[in-house]
Amino acid sequence: MKASEKYWNKNLTYLKYLLFIWFIVSFGAGIIFKDLLNSISLGGFPLGFWFAQQGSVYVFVILIFIYVYLMNKLDKSHGYED
Amino acid sequence: MSVQLWTYLLVGITFALYIGIAIWSRASSTKEFYVAGGGISPLANGMATAADWMSAASFISMAGLISILGYDGGVYIMGWTGGYVLLALLLAPYLRKFGKFTVPDFIGERYYSNTARIVAVICALLVSFTYVAGQMRGVGVVFSRFLEVDINTGVIIGMVIVLFYAVMGGMKGITYTQVAQYCVLIFAFMVPAIFISFQMTGSLVPQVGMGSTMNDGSGVYVLEKLNSINTELGFNKYTDGSKSLIDLLAITCALMVGTAGLPHVIVRFFTVKKVSDARKSAGLALLFIAILYTAAPAVSVFSRINLISTVKDNPYTSMPQWFSNWEQTGLLKFNDKNNDGKIQYLADPNLNELYVDPDIMVLANPEIANLPPWVIGLVAAGGLAAALSTAAGLLLVISSSISHDLIKNIINPKITDKGELWAARISATFAVIIAGYFGINPPDFVAAVVALAFGLAAASFFPAIILGIFYKKMNKEGAITGMIVGILFMLFYILKFKFGVFDGGKSSVQGLSDQWWFGVSPEGFGSIAMIFNFLSALLVNKFTPPPPLEVQQIVENIRIPSGSSPANNH
Repeated sequence: MKASEKYWNKNLTYLKYLLFIWFIVSFGAGIIFKDLLNSISLGGFPLGFWFAQQGSVYVFVILIFIYVYLMNKLDKSHGYED
Repeated sequence: MSVQLWTYLLVGITFALYIGIAIWSRASSTKEFYVAGGGISPLANGMATAADWMSAASFISMAGLISILGYDGGVYIMGWTGGYVLLALLLAPYLRKFGKFTVPDFIGERYYSNTARIVAVICALLVSFTYVAGQMRGVGVVFSRFLEVDINTGVIIGMVIVLFYAVMGGMKGITYTQVAQYCVLIFAFMVPAIFISFQMTGSLVPQVGMGSTMNDGSGVYVLEKLNSINTELGFNKYTDGSKSLIDLLAITCALMVGTAGLPHVIVRFFTVKKVSDARKSAGLALLFIAILYTAAPAVSVFSRINLISTVKDNPYTSMPQWFSNWEQTGLLKFNDKNNDGKIQYLADPNLNELYVDPDIMVLANPEIANLPPWVIGLVAAGGLAAALSTAAGLLLVISSSISHDLIKNIINPKITDKGELWAARISATFAVIIAGYFGINPPDFVAAVVALAFGLAAASFFPAIILGIFYKKMNKEGAITGMIVGILFMLFYILKFKFGVFDGGKSSVQGLSDQWWFGVSPEGFGSIAMIFNFLSALLVNKFTPPPPLEVQQIVENIRIPSGSSPANNH
């Protein structure tokens, strides 16, 4: 396999995992499983409500920075830094 | 000092700042006009993107909307932030590597077709014009309430300011004013939020205060308190919603995908130097946005508790000054149906006596909570910063669509750089005038078209760009069909279910909700139209010739970060 193909496949793997988490915290915890999670409370927050209005946003920010970190490392290992 | 004086002072200082930046950062080439020279740092671009994205709707309307919707309001929080994950992971780095000036540029070249380019220009213009009208209106509302000038004068003042820095500085001027505007708007939003959180819960962090106990010694959690207030008045519990599961999913998805497909947001990532900077600045942009977006739901909760405890069952004559101020704007209306002289705020529309426009929650919040006058002036300056920064970003998309995509790339490719720069300035001027016209004579569908703007972006650009990057064999026939199918379905759905065009006018819209396709509201239909786009694009692609090899080579090339030249003129 060409180096550029390897690089791209690795990138796609990262995307798969990160977008899975993206989906789970928002559509999953914030919407689909909201009623279930609301039986748990986080301080004064029902947990499902917290994910919908707070938690998912925090996770989104972290996800992007994880991607930045992973890709910078991957770029370097392939000599693709710009 | 009085509220009015503070407002004039703070608005005056911020406006002087914007004009100063405009004079300092004039654009002297098309590259500076379209992409600010392509050398903006990730930090500056992050702030500018945050201001570009957070509009009058985010600053003024969103917290109020959530305070009425309760849990359901979470679709705006998740939808309008989750789109940045898509932008950072799936779009921004590759579009930056591609290194052109506009979104139609990418569509036109990737799909080797001027037809594709023209379809993209039409989408960009539709999305941006609908959006910008709402911004000018927001400017007018803030001016009329806080500076007590006529709403039309307010719109005209806003137009002149935007004209000044957008036309002179192009993207360069817009970028640096947006950095300043981000600082103004985030400060203006957070100061009252922190004050009120401290008043009500003793916590200085609104995001934490929202989950804490009331400061009144009762030991009850804030959200529990609001749940019981809501139930008592006949509303749903605040932490429960009333929208259906499918609609919640569809709206969230449409807003996320729409955000990632909005041309004025995408072009911000053309202004950084490198691919890695595009990723980083998307992360910073979301971080800056998240500060406001996680504080807004807290403001919703605090201001709803404050408002209800002020008005509930109290005599109309004992209402504070702010009540009558806001009555004059028509955003607050009292109708004493049972003639007892007291205000009943109830869920039942037949018994409810108080109409509360969602916009009040943020704008009147400092007055309701008795905060010092300078905080009220600050909110006015913040609302203006939010509206003006977004308006400028949109105007740039409109002007570059005309001067670059239509004139330079289609009508007259021989135009000189100088000639194109002039064309860009002239189209920006016309765009400001048209936007101002809609601000002064707002079509009664401004609220409805916001759904349309996101829906169109989701249904047109997002699939075309994603397929263009991730599917090498995607051809022009497929992409063009997909965009047209997406746009037509979206327009049809809005016309049918928002305007009632096919069923006897707007009055019939209410009764049509049981005919919604798959139970999805017009706000969420962008997701369905996006799926139609993807499916029809892939289907047509199967039966038409693959793209030329050199186009497939372009796709291979944008997937690798190295070797990116700064956004250049062809």
